[in-house]
Amino acid sequence: MTLAGGLVAIGGLLALGPAALAPSRVRHLSSLIYGGVFLICVLMTGWALQRLFAGAPPEALTLPLGLPWLGAHFRIDALSGFFLAIVDFGAAAASFYALGYGRHEKAPGRVLPFFPPFVAAMNLVVLADDAYVFLLSWELMSLASWALVMAHHREGDNVRAGYVYILMATLGTFALLLAFGLLGGADGDLGFGALRGHPPSAAVAGAVLALALIGAGSKAGLTPLHIWLPLAHPAAPSHVSALMSGVMTKVAIYGFLRIVFDLLGPAAWWWGAPMMAAGAATAVVGVLFALLHNDLKRVLAYSTIENIGVIFVALGLALAFETNGQGTAAALAMTAALFHILNHSLFKSLLFFGSGAVLTATDERDMGRLGGLLNLMPLSGLFMLVGAGAISALPPLNGFASEWLIFQAILLSPSLPSWTLKLEIPAVGALLALAAALAGACFVRLFGISFLGRPRGEAARAAKEVDRFMLAAMGVLAVLCLVAGILPGYVIDALSPIVHLLVGARMAPQTDLGWLAIAPVAESRSSYDGMLVFLFIASSALLAAAIIHRLASDATRVAPAWDCGFPDSNPAAQYTPESFAQPIRRVFGGFVFRSREKVDMPAPGDLRPARFDLSIQDLVWDIVYRPVTRGVQLGADRLNRLQFLTIRQYLSLVFAALVFLLLALAIWT
Amino acid sequence: MALLESLAIQILEMLIVLAAAPLLTGFVRKVKARLLRKRGPPLLQPYRDLIKLTKKEVVIAESASWLFRALPYLVFAATWVAAALVPTFGAGLMFSWSADMIAITALLGSARFFLALAGMDVGTSFGGIGSSREMMFATLAEPAMLMIVFTLALIAGSTQLSTVAAFMLSPAVGVRVSLGLAMVGLVIVAIAENARIPVDNPATHLELTMVHEAMVLEYSGRHLAMIELSAQLKLVLYVSMIACIFVPFGLAPPGAGWRDLLIGAAAYFTKLAGAGALLALFETSVAKMRVFRAPDFIGVALMLGLLATLLRFVSREM
Repeated sequence: MTLAGGLVAIGGLLALGPAALAPSRVRHLSSLIYGGVFLICVLMTGWALQRLFAGAPPEALTLPLGLPWLGAHFRIDALSGFFLAIVDFGAAAASFYALGYGRHEKAPGRVLPFFPPFVAAMNLVVLADDAYVFLLSWELMSLASWALVMAHHREGDNVRAGYVYILMATLGTFALLLAFGLLGGADGDLGFGALRGHPPSAAVAGAVLALALIGAGSKAGLTPLHIWLPLAHPAAPSHVSALMSGVMTKVAIYGFLRIVFDLLGPAAWWWGAPMMAAGAATAVVGVLFALLHNDLKRVLAYSTIENIGVIFVALGLALAFETNGQGTAAALAMTAALFHILNHSLFKSLLFFGSGAVLTATDERDMGRLGGLLNLMPLSGLFMLVGAGAISALPPLNGFASEWLIFQAILLSPSLPSWTLKLEIPAVGALLALAAALAGACFVRLFGISFLGRPRGEAARAAKEVDRFMLAAMGVLAVLCLVAGILPGYVIDALSPIVHLLVGARMAPQTDLGWLAIAPVAESRSSYDGMLVFLFIASSALLAAAIIHRLASDATRVAPAWDCGFPDSNPAAQYTPESFAQPIRRVFGGFVFRSREKVDMPAPGDLRPARFDLSIQDLVWDIVYRPVTRGVQLGADRLNRLQFLTIRQYLSLVFAALVFLLLALAIWT
Repeated sequence: MALLESLAIQILEMLIVLAAAPLLTGFVRKVKARLLRKRGPPLLQPYRDLIKLTKKEVVIAESASWLFRALPYLVFAATWVAAALVPTFGAGLMFSWSADMIAITALLGSARFFLALAGMDVGTSFGGIGSSREMMFATLAEPAMLMIVFTLALIAGSTQLSTVAAFMLSPAVGVRVSLGLAMVGLVIVAIAENARIPVDNPATHLELTMVHEAMVLEYSGRHLAMIELSAQLKLVLYVSMIACIFVPFGLAPPGAGWRDLLIGAAAYFTKLAGAGALLALFETSVAKMRVFRAPDFIGVALMLGLLATLLRFVSREM
């Protein structure tokens, strides 16, 4: 297949959108649409992977669309091929999942028309080769996903989520628009090839970096621009949440990579510093908030923020190494970033699918009303457990492999000459380690509260296993999480052309090492073998079980819980999500979020129930956004007076404005 | 032949840590009892306990899921694999390259992850309290451990524990500030991770401040035996790790002959006994902390680790 074929396939996706408006009498409309999207995405994934593995040369195409003097440029190289594979694989998994999940949709007419264009727009962003097509597709992606966020606009806080999302998306696109404007300079040629040929001056490049951090960072969820993400991602239907968290954030990172590593020309040494600082702060803030929330999908959305932070740290490291001429170290950090991008798209989609399965089975997202689901949904539970283990970086799953690479990259950084970086990187490493440990706690909480224990509500007691489509989609992703974890060498080698494109160096081939081990720098320095660790754990667990069952006892009796002799039959006596997080809230709560606990304990003899109130505040709202909204409100109030002038006042206002503008023009020239 | 020999050494080491684990726990208990002028249980009591537990019937709570029965074996496997990668009497472990110190930390993290899930599976309040507190300690102990790993890796130029141990045997080490900080940090992490006083009390049941015992409260029979054995393995693992990094004397270098290995084994058991006695002495001389004081204690380890790493970043000599 060629690029033209790929664009035709994307055109097919775009056409599926209006097709979904067909009268709802058409039977199986939802299956037809999702099936169509699935087939196209499988095709596109195959194409992208085939190009990637064959090392195909870049391919470009110009269509006579868009701006008349510019046309629409498309191009696929190793970088866009990789992201194309991630987008389309994620979309294929999501649409296959939706073959089952979509049947439970109460208002399919609000979801179906927007889903295919959303997927198409993400494809187009990745393939765009001029700023116009890029921004247009970026905006289409934002709008289509906004429509999907608003699909259930009557539920809960979704209207507010959509509102905040559209505001932040507009801000992000605006920043990108300015970034491309600065890149384009006075000539105004917006093709990426032309932009690449004219690297801007150092000051302008710094400004473009800041704008790209704001524009792509707000879409990806960098602190403090993350606020829309935990509102919007959970509000959409679960397969769309999976796409938004697992894939759309990656498209944002693609935008960042394209601008900063490709179009912006040679980087300055300090660029890595703000990226790493933002990344580390994002990682810790994201996971701490994930620990505080009870809504299953919101926890996952916050954890997305954490992972984006981890990725940005790795990107910053790569840039720092690259600018200091340490090619192999830069390649290691960049490989780690891309590997983590791949991993996160796998396990975050898996976890959102799992939350969708819970939602289908119980109609409940609040962990505080779930519990004991593993007994009723054994397969979904198992897949969710794999996802939770992978995202908590447990060996031998894939999350560990990429985090291990990032730590290895950090360990190479003392050789950097800059003192800023020397002082920053140890702190960043500590924050990453902290975030990794907190992620473990977060997912013990998520899985332990919702899938283990006793059901806390009627809905959880009546849960049933979900259908085969949903299970199959989750199963494939869970298997891939394991495969990518035990065969990291193959992934690293597959990533090497992209790494070479971005930082101009590549890691040594890993698959030659034997025993499927990876050694990023040198074998004497560090190596890891996921396959062996997996085999060791599996064999020693099986061996222990076999020996004990064979030689000792395998008698089992089922009895009421012991609980130190004081079992409480009321499921409400179990640990709740709030109580599980309480120790961590106490330790970190003081300085990160203003968590306030209010206990109202009645005096002895008083019959009124005791009350416990917990309030958590996202400080970012107070520090960053409240002043802005207050300023806008104030300005609007002041300007409001202009609405109630007489006609004479208006006329004199217009006249004054005209005089002022003419004067300005006269002085200017 | 050389392959077979190193394989034999690797398997021998794995079996030795497994066999020595209950003994060390028994030894610590005995010394503790003698320090309190009690007679204490016999040294071999932990073995008898384990054998008795494996022979007993397992009682499983009605609300438990299938995971409850699988987790003890997973916890044990993860801990044993981690322990097998720590040099005990010889630095040249055959499979040392398959997982480095970061992976060992993560393997112990996996064991903790599984154990915390096990605590929540039955749905009792004690299990929840244990899991929640264990994870809170872990959020500080794990980064502390990683920072210590970073320090050691930056000193020795490798994250492979065998290579680090071999480097520590060489004269290139010298006396370094960062090494001292890392040692204090690692000892604190070891105390916290093994649920010893002052963070947790391994000898209590039914006490509101307990952590580890609360998580495993619902376990019985062979499952409990697996969990007890993993806890004992973990103690041996940390002692071996501290020994091979900071007290590497007597450790047989890679590719050593049988004589060196015998010396290494003798030195190893001396170190185990010494560490056990020190641990018992420390435990009898301090009081247990309130739960919310423990984060300050473990936080010290994190700060020491960060400081040591920072020192390594700014100076090659420290």
